[in-house]
Amino acid sequence: MKDGAGSPVGAVLVVGGGISGVQASLDLASSGFKVYLVEKAPMIGGKMAQLDKTFPTLDCSL
Amino acid sequence: MAEAGRHPNIRVLANTDIETVEGEAGNFTVTVTRRPRYVNEDLCVGCRTCSTYCPQTLPNVFDENLSAAKAIDILCTQSIPAVAAVNREACLYFQNKCTICLGVCKAKAIDFSQKRKKGVMHVGAIIVSPGYEVFDAKIAGAYGYGRLKNVMNSLEFERVLSASGPSKGEVLRRSDGKIPSKIAWLQCVGSRDARVGHSYCSGICCTYAIKQMILVKHHYPSIEVSIFHNDIRSFGKGFEDFYNRARQMQGARFIRKRISSIKENKRNNNLIVTYTSDGCHTIEEEEFDMAVLSVGMSPSKANGALAGILGLELNHHGFCHTDSFSPGEIAGRPGIFAAATFTGPMDIPDSISSASGAGAAAAQLLSSRRGTLTLPKAYPIARFIEGEEPRIGVFVCHCGTNIAGVADVSSLLAHASALKDVVHCEDQVVSCASDSLQKITKAIKEKRLNRVVISACSPKDHEEAFREALRESGLNPYLLDIANIREQCTWVHYGSKDEANQKAKEIISMSVARARNLCPIEDIKLPINKNGLVIGGGLAGMKAALSLARQGFKVYLVEKNEELGGQLAMLHYTLDGMPVKPFLKNLIAEIKSNNNIEVFRGYELKSFAGYVGNFKSTLAGVNNAKAASVELEHGIVIVATGGQLLKPAEYRYGESQKVVTQQELEQMIASNSLPGDLKQVAIIQCVGARNEKRKYCSRICCGEALKNALKIKELNENTDVVVFYRDLRAYGFREDYYLQARDKGVLFIQYEPENKPEIDLQRESLSLSFYDSILNMKGELNPDLLILSTPIIPEGNQELSQLLRVSLTGDGFFMEAHMKLRPLDTATDGIFLCGMAHYPKYIPETINQADGAALRAATILSQNSITASGAVCWIAEDKCISCGACISVCRYGAIEFCETPHGKKAGINPVLCKGDGLCNSTCPTGAISLRHFVDEGITAQIDSAFEA
Repeated sequence: MKDGAGSPVGAVLVVGGGISGVQASLDLASSGFKVYLVEKAPMIGGKMAQLDKTFPTLDCSL
Repeated sequence: MAEAGRHPNIRVLANTDIETVEGEAGNFTVTVTRRPRYVNEDLCVGCRTCSTYCPQTLPNVFDENLSAAKAIDILCTQSIPAVAAVNREACLYFQNKCTICLGVCKAKAIDFSQKRKKGVMHVGAIIVSPGYEVFDAKIAGAYGYGRLKNVMNSLEFERVLSASGPSKGEVLRRSDGKIPSKIAWLQCVGSRDARVGHSYCSGICCTYAIKQMILVKHHYPSIEVSIFHNDIRSFGKGFEDFYNRARQMQGARFIRKRISSIKENKRNNNLIVTYTSDGCHTIEEEEFDMAVLSVGMSPSKANGALAGILGLELNHHGFCHTDSFSPGEIAGRPGIFAAATFTGPMDIPDSISSASGAGAAAAQLLSSRRGTLTLPKAYPIARFIEGEEPRIGVFVCHCGTNIAGVADVSSLLAHASALKDVVHCEDQVVSCASDSLQKITKAIKEKRLNRVVISACSPKDHEEAFREALRESGLNPYLLDIANIREQCTWVHYGSKDEANQKAKEIISMSVARARNLCPIEDIKLPINKNGLVIGGGLAGMKAALSLARQGFKVYLVEKNEELGGQLAMLHYTLDGMPVKPFLKNLIAEIKSNNNIEVFRGYELKSFAGYVGNFKSTLAGVNNAKAASVELEHGIVIVATGGQLLKPAEYRYGESQKVVTQQELEQMIASNSLPGDLKQVAIIQCVGARNEKRKYCSRICCGEALKNALKIKELNENTDVVVFYRDLRAYGFREDYYLQARDKGVLFIQYEPENKPEIDLQRESLSLSFYDSILNMKGELNPDLLILSTPIIPEGNQELSQLLRVSLTGDGFFMEAHMKLRPLDTATDGIFLCGMAHYPKYIPETINQADGAALRAATILSQNSITASGAVCWIAEDKCISCGACISVCRYGAIEFCETPHGKKAGINPVLCKGDGLCNSTCPTGAISLRHFVDEGITAQIDSAFEA
């Protein structure tokens, strides 16, 4: 790693791969930062992936 | 979700635990352990053949244990990563060396030698969003969860409703598999209940239960749906409408009762619910076929360990402690930011805003290192194909059994290979898997393909991934057509395989016919102006401006008043006891001292033109006609125009000195002008809100009423405070203050809109008559002061909406791109939204949105150029007769008259054009064509359909 102590590292760790972790990861990765998205389950998606449709628009959740 | 899996700058580490975190803001060293999944993620193609042969069955946790999974499986079809994982506890390999899956896996992806792997990473910031758990309803034992078969929790019911769920979307009783005829929902299970340790309100259950009732009614109009509730807390944007819609459904009952217990009728496994009515004097019972427990949000059990590793504090509810003015920051832990339900219960759009907000804080901290660890993707130069005969490659996806289970893939391949110009045919287990994409890229190069047909799912799913495969092979990405043989064929015709197979062949023929006519299209690259424009200098606007400035961008902040502050300047203290004035003063000072921010006070937007990355605005003085107008160029816009408090037109407001709004009361309290000897104060909620004229719930008035009621009690505990409310919407941790107010003797009286408290206009003194709908009795009060809780209403949104071409909701607030998933974007690229311009909201919610909008905006401003799709409309100037018909139908303002040597002709701005084709079907002379959907291609497609 090039960055020595004192100079910040342009990478971010996101803990949790639910909808909020995914959103934070996408926004940061799309604005110039390396992102490590760590999820304890075998897949990302969290609770929202389990929902059928969401209120109040009744859109599918995935 | 899929986007995160594909993003070149995101490394997804599933099955992974955080072990240690060392270092400080800007420089953390994190060690993690990846638990083995016993499947090589790079090799597995997600075909699930292993699961088919695996002899070991176990409950599927993704389906809340309502369906079965195998010991090696992919628990959900859209899983990311889309690869199998082994459940070590259940797998027979670890018990008696069963190796069936090893034998059937063609990809040789299964690897039982995998070990736990430690990893170390260096990061500048950490965002913590571990989510929540649903409340374990077994703790609320009286409801029989876990004992009675026909009682389920709401997340289980969510799986039941899902078309991909355990019963394919059919609602069936667990006891006998029959469709129920009467379902009851029980609210506040594990919420607002100190006995189970959860005094807070989870905030989401009322509206999700209403959603489930509506979905059941859609599917089974004859099922009776009843909900036993306390307050209905549908406080979010669009929720009140949703609630009203549900109330009007035939056979839907809303019953304001708390169920004390559920018993089972042993004969038929029906459920007998018990409740008290008539002011607790009578006990009533009713029988239902099924009961759904609306379980609340519990803090994750892992929060304690995580807090230990990260060195942060949890509040007494077990969520991460944050305060009103810094909702994503963690005291004493700079560089670590908390997001979404880690900080308390909240719904999806609030979670997304909070996540983007926490992301913004990280981006501010690391702005000097932006782009140092990311690489722009490089592609080979696209091959020149003009003059080449079509060489078409057809790839047929099995999609596991989704396609191959209905259509005969080998016959589709045989059919495709006989079509004219098709030089390569290949079937793939899952075409969107990374190795399949690589095979497509390889085949294009080796066979010199110049057109590609993917027979798989809807282009909405993976078209971008397939276009990427073309780019990587050096072929223009628009030389691709997708034959949708899943959504439009095997999914809908699974009952008639032969016909489905024939239809799939015809869809492929049509696609090949179109592909033959596809031409390369160049995307348009444009430079980006890296300045931002923020409209509105209240809390949202100031926070958004500050965040953008700290991320390194120049910001123009426009406020129509002479002073910054907006509605925040009307407040003095928050419900959690923080003083507002010092915070506001500090915020204004930060704005003024930031060199990246240029403030225009007393100015408003007069004209607006351009498109994402390149907007042009004119500002003009509001009250000072002599003020010179200002021309600005900027790449993005953040709308943060806020709202204003409604001045009521009832209850003698404006006529009697003793009738004031919440804001006026707060002003009186703050300036010590509230009489010290008040005997009685009455507060009326929902004045001018949740009615015919203004249907929405203004979200913050209940909290404001609690805040001021507590303040009055604090000043003089002998003052009687009576609150008239419809549904006391103290969601989240605000419930604590509701309890506190009741403890301190504040009296809460519920009323229904048809029986509103009434003021006697004849008498000199204030006389208020009311009807208590819970106790069924009339009463009268003579308060010394009457406080009206009125809603936040939109302010000046109409004009701005027309200038910016961003729509408003029926209630007059700005409309977001997607209510759930894109709360901070608008439908216009490059225009973002935050604060009360979006909807009324509390301070921490506004701050999350403001920071979040700034990060959303930074995803554009941090790029060096913007790519607009080249698949847009094109005008043959010589055929244009300047009638303007196209200009009037274009919804994006993408067409305008341009001066040409042959006079005025319609011209298209390709960046604004979305390629929807409205103009070319309207054009009377056929002068307009849509580049990616040319007439020749569509005609060939239709001809092919009729040939077959």
